Amino acid sequence: MSRIAATFDALKKQGKKALIPFITAGDPDPQLTVPLMHALARAGCDVIELGVPFSDPMADGPVIQRSSERALKHGVSLRIVLGYVAEFRKTDRTTPVVVFGYANPIEAMGAERFADAARAADADGVLVVDDPPEEARPLVAMLDERGLDMIFLLSPTTTDERLAQVAKLGRGYLYYVSLRGVTGAANIDISDVAARVKHVRGFVRLPVGVGFGIRDAQSACAVGAVADAVVIGSALIQEIEKAPRDQVLARVARFLAPIREGLDSLSAVKA
Amino acid sequence: MRMVDLPDAGGHFGPYGGVFVAETLMQALDELKAAYARYRNDPEFQAEFAYELKHYVGRPSPVYHARRWSERFGGAQVYLKREDLNHTGAHKINNVIGQALLARRMDKRRVIAETGAGMHGVAAATIAARYGMECVVYMGTEDVRRQVQNVYRMKLLGATVVPVESGSKTLKDALNEAMRDWVTNVENTYYIIGTVAGPHPYPMMVRDFQSVIGREAREQMLELAGRQPDAILACVGGGSNAMGIFHPYIADEKVRLIGVEAAGEGLESGKHAATLCTGKPGVLHGNRTYLLQDENGQIIETHSISAGLDYPGVGPEHAWLKDSGRAEYVSVTDAEALQAFHDLCRLEGIMPALESAHALAYAAKMAPRMRKDQILLINLSGRGDKDMHTVAEKSGIKF
Repeated sequence: MSRIAATFDALKKQGKKALIPFITAGDPDPQLTVPLMHALARAGCDVIELGVPFSDPMADGPVIQRSSERALKHGVSLRIVLGYVAEFRKTDRTTPVVVFGYANPIEAMGAERFADAARAADADGVLVVDDPPEEARPLVAMLDERGLDMIFLLSPTTTDERLAQVAKLGRGYLYYVSLRGVTGAANIDISDVAARVKHVRGFVRLPVGVGFGIRDAQSACAVGAVADAVVIGSALIQEIEKAPRDQVLARVARFLAPIREGLDSLSAVKA
Repeated sequence: MRMVDLPDAGGHFGPYGGVFVAETLMQALDELKAAYARYRNDPEFQAEFAYELKHYVGRPSPVYHARRWSERFGGAQVYLKREDLNHTGAHKINNVIGQALLARRMDKRRVIAETGAGMHGVAAATIAARYGMECVVYMGTEDVRRQVQNVYRMKLLGATVVPVESGSKTLKDALNEAMRDWVTNVENTYYIIGTVAGPHPYPMMVRDFQSVIGREAREQMLELAGRQPDAILACVGGGSNAMGIFHPYIADEKVRLIGVEAAGEGLESGKHAATLCTGKPGVLHGNRTYLLQDENGQIIETHSISAGLDYPGVGPEHAWLKDSGRAEYVSVTDAEALQAFHDLCRLEGIMPALESAHALAYAAKMAPRMRKDQILLINLSGRGDKDMHTVAEKSGIKF
């Protein structure tokens, strides 16, 4: 069983929801990335989505665009990102890491070489924003052979036909993008998300995470009540952006604590 | 599958093309694909398209035998397909009308577009005015600076021009921003992509709308010269004017197809936009194609004297035409293009766009080495009024 599947299994047994942060590798500073990953794990995060910076992040709003630009100024490449994963693994053998980015850095490395390198770094999953099921089959096969999970996105506009396709190809969990728009956009409509997640569950057994528009304990709990996992990206990166370098880790911990607590209180209510 | 019948159902031209976009755009593209499939061969749609091209654009655009320019070479005879004479001054309007007619049938009242030199933006703003649609044009701040007049033209036509500050602040970043707008406003918005790039069905659809250029040229060459040309030349940025004139000739293997890219300050200087000549395959803006990128797959900044060629990608069908050997791709420098610009002004009384001047410049290299009974046909994709500022600056003149 993959580390991601094991994590979700364990959470399910405890009646808990997964907290999944997204950070861009190398932002604000390459030296902070691995410590930041450890800080996220300590703050009770269950899976870490580690962003690979890209020059043309088409699906991202201004916050993640800026973080990508900051990381690129430090020359952070896909190879370097996988290096962070390997470094993180030296002391954390349990927290799953998903390498999250756009297709071209993988194309440039070569899909097969990338799959080998991701395996060697002991990453657990891969999410390629602009590689939908229509184009992703070759990469899914290579990742499958190496025991890595390919995570897919779902959106409010995903048709049932495509849901069925994603159900076949998706591994690990599914990431439901709760908004029409780019990352970091406005507020989400919880009743709409609840209805969609319920619909998605009719097609897939995989855990469903929800992201886009989650910025605090309140929105996290609202989403946690209907999904298996809550993904926080832009709001977290804004915290990192605002903090002085020497206070980034503390600020992230402070930001995530009430969210983790809120999510745990959901399971307490249920129990 | 015959080359001329491509792409396949998934939008692939050999290994190129496809649909590499985020999930949030898939449904919009499926909707567009279905709409285009429905109207592509619809007689009523095609009749309206033809009517607009004739009465609004002024088609057919003439083919003109550039005798004085040809004489100077003492070799091949050079003919020009005069897309510069179209309404709004370039080939861009052909595609924009086709897509706007589609947008109307899809009930989208708002159109968005990206633009580099501003010609596609102007064409989109023009059609939006003509059909009473809201129009938003994304343009990199670097291009806004270079093309002040076109920015004002778009505003006069009622469009909103949004300057894009991200990345290299040029065409590729404008395209990113337009995609972000589309994904957010997909309910009421139609995205008019200006070139044969982007996710399927855009490369096919834009090519189809632009193919009117090559279809006309086939008839006109027969009338004028009694035969088809030995070679066709067109400049290639994204590649829509080239695809438009090439496509009806793909099956006609006697005709050489030559795409001319921007070598900027020289290929060895690193400051150029010669994607097919020097790039490597990758994925950007929804399709797999040749890209100018670094060893880590980051897209690099391009340079060309002509904003319309300043793009690090290229249409996927060109990528396949290159690999298969059916078309050849070459490059000329800023300086060579400028020389051709001045020559055509002085010898033929035609001021070409700096983009088109790249194709002219390569013809000027080829023609002297050819026989007098041989024929080159150049797609003169646009007029040069918009570039007077740039040319004057290069000559040290200030208005």
